[in-house]
Amino acid sequence: MSARANILRSSAAHAILIAYTILALYPVFLIVINSMKSRRAIFNEPLALPTRETFDLVGFHTVLEQGNFLLYFQNSLIVTLASLFLVLLFGAMAAFALAEYRFRGNLLMGLYLALGIMIPIRLGTVAILEIMVAANLVNTLTSLVLVYTAQGLPLAVFILAEFMRQVSDDLKNAARIDGLSEYRIFFTIALPLVRPALATVAVFTMIPIWNDLWFPLILAPSDATKTLTLGSQIFLGQYVTNWNAVLAALTLAIFPVVVLYLIFSRQLIRGITRGAVK
Amino acid sequence: MGNMTLEKVCKSFGTVDVIRDVDLQVEDGEFCVFVGPSGCGKSTLLRMIAGLEDITSGDVLIDGEVVNTVPPSKREIAMVFQSYALYPHLNVRDNMGLGLKQARHPRAEVAAAVDRAAKMLDLEKYLNRRPAELSGGQRQRVAIGRAIVRKPKLFLFDEPLSNLDAALRVQTRIEIANLHRELGATMIYVTHDQVEAMTLADRIVVLRDGRIEQIGAPMELYNNPANEFVAGFIGSPKMNFLDAPTLGQPGRSLGIRPEHLTLSREEGQIEGRISHVEQLGGETLIYLRADPHGLITVRLFGEHGAVVDERAFVTPDLTRAFHFGTDGQRLAA
Ligand SMILES: Nc1ncnc2c1ncn2[C@@H]1O[C@H](COP(=O)(O)OP(=O)(O)OP(=O)(O)O)[C@@H](O)[C@H]1O
Ligand SMILES: [Mg+2]
Repeated sequence: MSARANILRSSAAHAILIAYTILALYPVFLIVINSMKSRRAIFNEPLALPTRETFDLVGFHTVLEQGNFLLYFQNSLIVTLASLFLVLLFGAMAAFALAEYRFRGNLLMGLYLALGIMIPIRLGTVAILEIMVAANLVNTLTSLVLVYTAQGLPLAVFILAEFMRQVSDDLKNAARIDGLSEYRIFFTIALPLVRPALATVAVFTMIPIWNDLWFPLILAPSDATKTLTLGSQIFLGQYVTNWNAVLAALTLAIFPVVVLYLIFSRQLIRGITRGAVK
Repeated sequence: MGNMTLEKVCKSFGTVDVIRDVDLQVEDGEFCVFVGPSGCGKSTLLRMIAGLEDITSGDVLIDGEVVNTVPPSKREIAMVFQSYALYPHLNVRDNMGLGLKQARHPRAEVAAAVDRAAKMLDLEKYLNRRPAELSGGQRQRVAIGRAIVRKPKLFLFDEPLSNLDAALRVQTRIEIANLHRELGATMIYVTHDQVEAMTLADRIVVLRDGRIEQIGAPMELYNNPANEFVAGFIGSPKMNFLDAPTLGQPGRSLGIRPEHLTLSREEGQIEGRISHVEQLGGETLIYLRADPHGLITVRLFGEHGAVVDERAFVTPDLTRAFHFGTDGQRLAA
């Protein structure tokens, strides 16, 4: 009786999850299949798979021949990875300090750092632009990395502090007795133990950065510093849009995120299962 | 060498006083056990000795030197934790050797010290395993090994056996006792298991609410408790506290250990009803309800039949009884 109820419940759960997965992935799937079709086929039968007649890689050719595409790609990758690294490093360090040390104003400091979760950084765009102009950083990738690091830190600190609190005090104390410095304790003991949380934060941080159009447009619109999302905009005209090229660019833009996601989710799962069998 | 002195040591977390005016002298080579109910500050006191917790006021001295501001790694102490606290990413060998390695001892010396400790604790087979691949008992032996390798002046144990099952606890307890004999080192051991306290200690320190209630050798505390709290805390099953006035005795309560009561069906000083019987083979525990004394435990040697709800009488051996006043302190005999 209860076994059957269990099967029912778990198949219901699976049905819901599968339905959600289809719903979430279908637009992505549409983009990918349409990127490989001729312009006419895209409009005539947007939901059809490419057939021998409609198969056409013209979009990819346009994108790759546009010359700068690889550079944009590289810019996006540099900005995303650099910001991600800085967010994870500083976020974890701040989280460790908040979780580990008793100091005056600890709680206030934590609230202050978490404030950024509620206030979107775009509200400060004008001020940020002024700062970047004053610092002579307009049209550099550095300006983007700085802004994205600031944007990602609040949530990172908030989530990681919670996990840092769960790292065993005894373990840290044992390391102190063995003469490890606080930095060594942070890097060799605390960080590896919160790896699943780091992976989660990495995914949450990475995707908005990769997809962002706003700050590249405002802070670094020069051709040498364009990111992929901004670079793809040239295909979206006011009167004509080169849909083949747009879809091809979007398809190509998906890959790096998927690869990064696979790397992190591997960590995530490893972390979860290790916790379970301990 | 390795004596330790606490002078008027206090600790507050914010406005909460956790340790209040503790004075204690632990001699070289002594095995000193801290006992007390949960939350009385045993672990906090131990961590203050280790340097893991700041001292609000007072002094901690190791070998006659004030170490209040000396970091833990420079105090020449070693600590064993209840949760083992082994480094998950290092194998047993590196776990045990890390302290010496950090102190920049030559590699050969570290290896020799690890091998010696592993031999003492029968860990040679496991030197290349990670902590996750060991059983709880093995992990705790590694943690003890890690402490030995450092050759500390002072060993600190914080409830090292409470995560082990009963059989392993007995075995590891004996191992720790042997270790103390072999090394002759000074050890401070926190527990709330009073069998551990009684069997291991040269001296027991009974704590309550951050204060020392009494210090003494196990049998001294057993036979001569200073107050009702210590009398009730040391000894298992717990001492009975009878209502002194109804028995025509001085003070508020009369403390009598379960083995110093005689049970009879016909006559005796206190009448009650048997409410529960525990047969342990070697001894029998009989619980008797008698007003106004409450539940009285009687300990009889050997096997004794008794029926629940049966009427029975108990008589205390007044020569073995303790008298406590209204403040809980012992009355002068
Ligand atoms: N970081 C802290 N902040 C505030 N209070 C604390 C802190 N650490 C411990 N305490 C308080 O100090 C008291 C003593 O704690 P401690 O851990 O020393 O107890 P214990 O005697 O070791 O208890 P147990 O037998 O349960 O381990 C407790 O009341 C506890 O709530
Ligand atoms: Mg404790």
